Parts: sequence; structure tokens; C-alpha cells
Amino acid sequence: MSLYKDLTLPNGVRYSQPIGLFIDNQWVASSSGKTFETVNPSTEEPIVSVYEADEHDVDKAVSAAKEAMKTWRDVPGEEKAQKMIKLSFLVRENLKLLASVEAADSGKPYETNSKGDIESVANYLVYCAGFADKLHGKMIPIAKDRYAITKRYPLVVGQIIPWNYPLSMASWKFCPALACGCTIVIKSSELTPLSLLVFADLVKKAGFPSGVFNVVSGFGASAGNRIAEHPDLDKVAFTGSTATGQKVMKSATSNLKHVSLECGGKSPLLVFDDADLEQAAKWASFGMMYNSGQNCTANSRILVQDTVYDKFIDLFKVEITKSWIVGNVFDEKATLGPVISKGQYDKIKRYITKGKEEGAKMILGEEREQLNSLPDKGYFIPPTVFIDCKQDMTIVQEEIFGPVVAISKFSTDHEAVEKANDSIYGLAAMVFSQNFQRVQTIADQLEAGSIYLNSSNDEDIRVPFGGFKMSGIGKELGEDAIDLYTETKSFYMNVGHRI
Amino acid sequence: MLRFTTTKAFSAARAVTKPGMIRCYSQYPLSKTITLPTGESYEQPTGLFINNQFVPGKQHKTFEVLNPSTEEVICQVHEARAEDVDLAVDAAEKAFEGDWSLGDPAVRGRALTNLADLMEAHKDTLIAIESLDNGKTLANATGDVALVVNYLRYCGGYADKLDGKVVNTGSDYLNIVKREPLGVCGQIIPWNFPLLMWSWKVGPALASGNTVVLKTAESTPLSALYAANLAKEAGIPAGVLNIVSGFGKITGEAISTHPRIRKVAFTGSTRTGKHIMAAAAQSNVKKVTLELGGKSANIVFNDCDVKKTVENLVTGIFYNSGEVCCAGSRIFIQDGVYNEVLAEFKAAAEAVKVGNPFDPSNYQGAQTSQQQVDKILGFVDIGKKEGATLITGGERSGDKGYFIKPTLFADVTPKMKIWTDEIFGPFGVIAKFKTVDEAIALANDSEYGLAAGIHTLNLNTAKYVADRIKAGTVWINTYNDFHNAVPFGGYKQSGIGREMGESAFDNYTQVKAIRIKIDESGNN
Repeated sequence: MSLYKDLTLPNGVRYSQPIGLFIDNQWVASSSGKTFETVNPSTEEPIVSVYEADEHDVDKAVSAAKEAMKTWRDVPGEEKAQKMIKLSFLVRENLKLLASVEAADSGKPYETNSKGDIESVANYLVYCAGFADKLHGKMIPIAKDRYAITKRYPLVVGQIIPWNYPLSMASWKFCPALACGCTIVIKSSELTPLSLLVFADLVKKAGFPSGVFNVVSGFGASAGNRIAEHPDLDKVAFTGSTATGQKVMKSATSNLKHVSLECGGKSPLLVFDDADLEQAAKWASFGMMYNSGQNCTANSRILVQDTVYDKFIDLFKVEITKSWIVGNVFDEKATLGPVISKGQYDKIKRYITKGKEEGAKMILGEEREQLNSLPDKGYFIPPTVFIDCKQDMTIVQEEIFGPVVAISKFSTDHEAVEKANDSIYGLAAMVFSQNFQRVQTIADQLEAGSIYLNSSNDEDIRVPFGGFKMSGIGKELGEDAIDLYTETKSFYMNVGHRI
Repeated sequence: MLRFTTTKAFSAARAVTKPGMIRCYSQYPLSKTITLPTGESYEQPTGLFINNQFVPGKQHKTFEVLNPSTEEVICQVHEARAEDVDLAVDAAEKAFEGDWSLGDPAVRGRALTNLADLMEAHKDTLIAIESLDNGKTLANATGDVALVVNYLRYCGGYADKLDGKVVNTGSDYLNIVKREPLGVCGQIIPWNFPLLMWSWKVGPALASGNTVVLKTAESTPLSALYAANLAKEAGIPAGVLNIVSGFGKITGEAISTHPRIRKVAFTGSTRTGKHIMAAAAQSNVKKVTLELGGKSANIVFNDCDVKKTVENLVTGIFYNSGEVCCAGSRIFIQDGVYNEVLAEFKAAAEAVKVGNPFDPSNYQGAQTSQQQVDKILGFVDIGKKEGATLITGGERSGDKGYFIKPTLFADVTPKMKIWTDEIFGPFGVIAKFKTVDEAIALANDSEYGLAAGIHTLNLNTAKYVADRIKAGTVWINTYNDFHNAVPFGGYKQSGIGREMGESAFDNYTQVKAIRIKIDESGNN
């Protein structure tokens, strides 16, 4: 059976989709011969079947990565940087293809979402390439006849990525890893395997030697778990749910490999009485509904000060209605795509029902379904807004990962901070107020890794990113990512200390 | 205490009109077709590069550019006078107020990496221009251009990584310490590595958001003008990079005294460096970094690998015809291996092939000018008079072109001028030593402190000596061995500041501390 399948995407793009596993710069079938289907969430139709990696395949990939490290570690940083730059050019050259594949496989609107993702992959490759020849150690004076130096060394790493921004999330992992000189075994989500496979061919074209970059498509319980527990991997990096992150961390204890996790969130957006309410409404709308709310830093809890509560809600309702046009992902006007799968669709629906049962008031949502303004097929859920929520409601405490927001009220700053911190999560928080002093004081008290002052969800790749509490371990992006993908060795140089 | 001065005896030679320094008033075209010794032709820009355009000088003055291998005129270029420098500063100031400095630094990074790619694409032409204009061999020029491309990429990768700090002094303050560019930077570069020195200046200055007015050496203006077109193509906006060809006394002086230039960076002789520093202070306290002369010690211990060491000694003093600021020009050999190393070194020096830089079999090309040749031969006479022993060389090679035979003197002592003065040619002086401490004392017996070489297989000796040598770069079991991530610069009168590595960016940024009071009392 061929390892490529000719496909035509809904927007007419025709291409050869790789369907194998990418190990040692070669496409191979899975050792078991098993395949799995990936579904287009806009149509509920299968796109294609790809080979499924099991534990044996992961072992082969890890073997290849381990072998490649023996020579790859001696290649100078500037050469690695040049290959990354070349790869970034190839990504831009293939922007339309990659964005189309992404839109079809993951349900992200092509024009307003998917294209931006692919551009960000190219940009992040360039940023990280700039680090490849700057991985310095230190010299530490000790005494007249003794000193120490430190050097950084790359790791053989396993990376497990989610389905909400398939190639973009993969790039948050492989870019710093490649810059640090790591060799990689990377597993896509079983819901969105396609774009990473197309990308693998570009990695080979950019000149990365065999075994440096290996791709296995597959499921968490088998391939993912094997990566987490593999005795020959120095590190596992994971983005996904907190529950799965906990499993990964436990499996990693097999050989005490390094672990970094980027997990869930229920990020609170706080609107104070001196906020620019119009801007707050716009940002809150963007930060919640972008990517159909399937976003770890979505501001899925909004806390509004009582004196501006009604006014904010009116503005927010207008913004949501105006900005989020549900439709076919290849329709230029569509800004809200489907959610990723039947499983997620059902789960989100259950949360919506729970919200109503627990007494939250729904001011936007089902009326669109009632008006038959959603497409016939596809896992489309309209933007759903609950207000007058209470702290102990399920929809306030649990991560829904869909276009559903829970709005509550507060009176004092102290209460706002208390409510905001009342969560097992701590990924992000947003603060809207025109008073700089107030905002700084509040921000200092919020238990979250990224605080956005008067904006939401406008990350920059140069700024460290990672959660407090159960939202994760370690910081990605910025210079901090280097610490995730190197380990430091200290050398004690005795130049004359005799005992 | 040792004094060093440039040889007063040769100030007379400088007063004579030298061929090639002829200056004219002319309507010289802004571009000239030049045919290279390889047979290929290219378009050489000759104007001043201001605001992304080539323009004549306001006074329409031009000067000749000579080929040091043939002593023939290549072309003329336009000369920048003080009023032209003013125009360049105007352009640079305007560009500094724009998006280049205040906008997203990643844009600057991309422009520099684009420029690196373009220079790589044009490398054959750049290499040929460099050999033609400077006299260095094609092999040397090839190495130079490769280093330029690498360094521009290195700086491009840095542009969006010049982070500041947040200093914690308690919750009632937010202290942000940020790094900002300086403004319009004046840069004055030498003739020994024209394009490479250009990149050491332009790379970090542009990456950190400054704008530049750069003066090339009057004997080697060509490659920077060719590269200016590539800078424009790379997307570097008008006014960010301005190239003014000219002479030190006029163009250089205009830069170092300019009231609106906020920094001057200079590579050249210590004497000129002092003058520039004084002018910078007197005018407007512009920031100064200097990369000056050297008389670097290359120290050979008894337990060295003789064969590899001799190769490093040759590289140290004959590479680039000895026209290297950090040349290993004082060679100290421990008594246990003195005779053996001296004999091998003499043989190796005599085996160095000197001649036409476009002939790939030559190791050493031409000295850059008649003035340099006269200076070097003058030192040969002085060395003989001072009683040092001429081991080899000491005369011109051939009768056309500025070629000099690799020259070595032994039995040189610290009071001799050939020990104290920088000669800047293929001219090494040798002395013997007994103990490690004696070697250190001899090496440090200089007002210069640019580099040093240590040749030994004993790490303890190497570290002991390296710790005590007063020089900015210490090479162990290698020499003239650069990498763009490793800082380079001088102790003592060899300079101020470091180029390359992270350090270079300190030269082109200044720190602003923003201390914000947080009043926590007003919140409910």
C-alpha cells in the first residue's frame, strides 16, 4: 500500500497526503499494519486513514532519534540555524497547502485562523533559529587554583501535542528543541494527524539528517504512554488536558525523565468599574470565542464589577453576535468553526445543560439552533453565554473547552482576586482597568502564569508562557524554552590545588 | 615605563604626495564598470551612499583607489567632506525617529538575515573586490566573506532578544530596566579586513536599532559601496545605513566631532584612536569604543607540539600579510625547544609563497600601500641598527606590487623599537625565555594588550599563564582563530570595549531605568 494518498480538499486544493509514520527520514507503515481515520469536523466525513503507531513503532522512532544524536550533537549551532531558516521558507512557500489541510482536519477557519497559525510556525522557526548559536554556559571563578565552567547539552525528547492548534502547537515544541540540538519523537493528536505529516516532508527537504525529527501518529493510551515512559527518552513535553498531563507525569517516573506540561485553564477575565468597557467587551469576546473556545488560555470565566455589570453584558452580547459568524471553514466570512469531534460536541452540550440545571441564565446560545442558522452537518456549537453564575457552579469550576463562557459579579477588588484564584487552574488571567496602580497590585496577587493587562490572548513568542498550579510545569516561548531543552553539566577544573 | 609612538622618522614619508592619493575635482560617474583579474566585470558604485541613494559629494571631490598588487589605479570614488557628513547625519537622525528603532525588533532581524543571504549570493564578486582593493589572497578574502555572512546572521538572530530586566525592590515599585539604542552612530573602519570590519560595526549597531554613518578607509572603499546596494535590497530603510568614503583628517574628523552623532566606534591605530577619543569628549561626550593596535605575544613552551605550534606561529604573523591588529608579532620560545622551533619557524617562513593574490597557490598577498611598505622596510633598517639578528626576509619580493618577504628577527630585547612598536607587516621578533614567570613578564612588557598565544600541552601551565597575561584574547594551541560568538577587544592601549559575542550589543545600547511607584492604598 502506498504511503501517500491523493486528496482533494473542500477548497479545491489537490495534494499527496503522507499517511505513514516518519522515522529516520523515511515513510513507513505501522508495524501492526493498523490505521485509523481522521474526520473533517465541518462535514463529519472521514478525510483519510493514516497509519497508527503502537509501542513498537515508538521504540523504532526513539532508536532513530537516539542514534541521530551521536552525530547531530557535533553539528555547529549556526548550521542548525540555517536549516531552521530554510524550513521556515518552505513553510511559507507551502502556506496555502498547510493552512488548507489544517482547516479541513481541525475545523479552524482558513482565512481568519488557520493561515495565521501557519505563519506563526514560520515566524517561530526564525526566532528559535536565532538561539541555536547562542547556547552558552558560564565560567565561575572559585579560587586562585580552581574554577568551574558549565556547558549545555541537548536531549533526546518525546513531544505529545494536542488537536486545537495542531501544527502551531507542534512548533512550540519542535522549534526550541531543534534550536537546542535535540532529536525528536513527536506524536500528533489522533484527531488531527494530517498537517504534521505534510510538514515532515518539508523537514527532510530542509536538510535535517535522518533521525533528528520523527513523527508518529497515534493514540495517547498506546503511543503517547510509550513515549512518556520510554527509558531512552531524556524528556517528555506534553500539551493537553490536566488529567492526561497527570498520567504523562506518572509514566515519566520510569526513568525520571524531565517533564514539562502545558495543561488546562479556566482563566478569569476581570472587568473593573474604571475599565474601558467597550475594549473589555471586544477583548473578552476575542479571548473567549476564538478557535471556538478550544484554547487553553480562553477567558472562560468573566468577573465583572457590580456597578458596570449590566452595561458590560450589553456590550459583550453585541460583540459576540457581531463577530462570531458560524460557517464553513473555507468561507472567507466564517470566523467560528465547528468543535473538533463528536466526543467534544457531546461533552460541551452536557456542560450547557448542566449550566441551565444549576441555575445560570443563558442569554446567548441555543437561539441560533432554533433559528436553523447553523450548517446541517458538522459539530457546530453557537457562542453560548451564561450570566449570573455562582462560584460553585460546574460551568465555573470545570474547563469546558468550547464556545461557552460563564459570567459572574463581584463588588470589591479583594473579592475579585479571591474568586479569580478560586480554581485548580492558573494558566492566565486578564485585568481591565484604566488605573495602572490598581492593575499592578491586582496582577501581583493573581495566581496565573500569564497576566494580560487590558488585552486577552495576544501572546508573543518572545514572552515566557506556562501555568501556575494545575495548569502546568515549565515555561515555553521566549528565552526560557532553552532551559526546557538542554541540561547543564558543570566541570570543576583543578589547576593546581593539591591535597 | 615603555612609551610607544609611531615612528617619527616616517612622518616625513607621509608628507610626500603618494601615488593613488591623488584627489580631483570631477564629474566622476556614480558607477564604474570594473573588469576583475578573473575576466569578469561588475558595476562598482563610486558615490556616497546617503538615504539609500548614491550621490556625489557636494564639492565634487574624488580620489583614486589603487590595486596594491599592480600599483595601478582601479577607479576613483567620491570623497565625503564635512557638509556631506552633515547630510548623512540628517538622514540617519530622521531614520532613527522612525519605525526602525521604535518598531518590532524582529523586522530588523529579518533585514539583517536577508542581507546575509544576499551577500552570500554575491560572494564571488565581494571576494574579488576585496582581493583587488586590499591585496589579500582570494583564500583570505573567501574566509573573510564567509565570516561576514555568519556574523550578520548572528546579529540578525539577536535583534529580537535584547531583553531588559525587572528589578524587585518590593511590591510598592515596579522597576523596569530596559535597553535602548544610542541614536546615530559614527563608525570608522580600517583597511586590513574592509568588509569583515564593516560587518563587526554594522551588524550589532543595526540589530539594536541604531542608524549609522560609516567611513571606510581611504585605501579600501570599494566593498562597502558594493554592499550598500545589497543593504537596500535587503529592506534596510533609507537613512539607516550611510557610507561615506574619505580621509581621516576630514571625513573622520567630521564624524568624531559631530554634535549630533551619539557614539563613535573606531578600529585603527592607537595614535588615531587617542585623537578620536579626545575629539569625542571635547565635542559632545559621545560614547567611544576603540579597537586599536597590538604587539601580541605568542609564547612557545618546551612541552608544545612543535609541528602544530610552528603552523600557529606562521598564522600568527604572516596571515593577511601580518596586517592584523592581533598578529602574534612577538614570539617567545622557551630555551628547551628554542633551537628546534627557531629552525622550523625559519624554514616555514621561507616556504611561504608570496605573490599575486588571484593566484591560489600564494599564501601571502600584497601589503596594502606604498606607505606601509616604506614603514616596514624602515623597521628592518632599525632592527639591524639596534643589533637584532635578521633570521630571514627583510626585503621586498619582486619588483612590482607591494610584496614583502616574510621577515624574522631574533635576539630582540624589550628596549628595541622593533619590540615596542607595532609594525603591521609580515615581521616577527623573537626572544628566548627560561621560566613561566619570565615569559609572562616579557609578554606583559608592552603598552598594548590585544591578544596572546600560548602553546603547551599542560592545562595547568596554560591556565596559569592565561590568567596572568594582560590581553583581551588568549589563544591556547591556536592563533588568529575567531568566532563571532566570542568577544574580542583590547586591554591597556589596545582598546576600549569588546566586539562580537553578546558584548557587542552593550556597545550599541544604553540602559534606561523606569521606576514606577505603585500606590496600593487607594484600592478597596
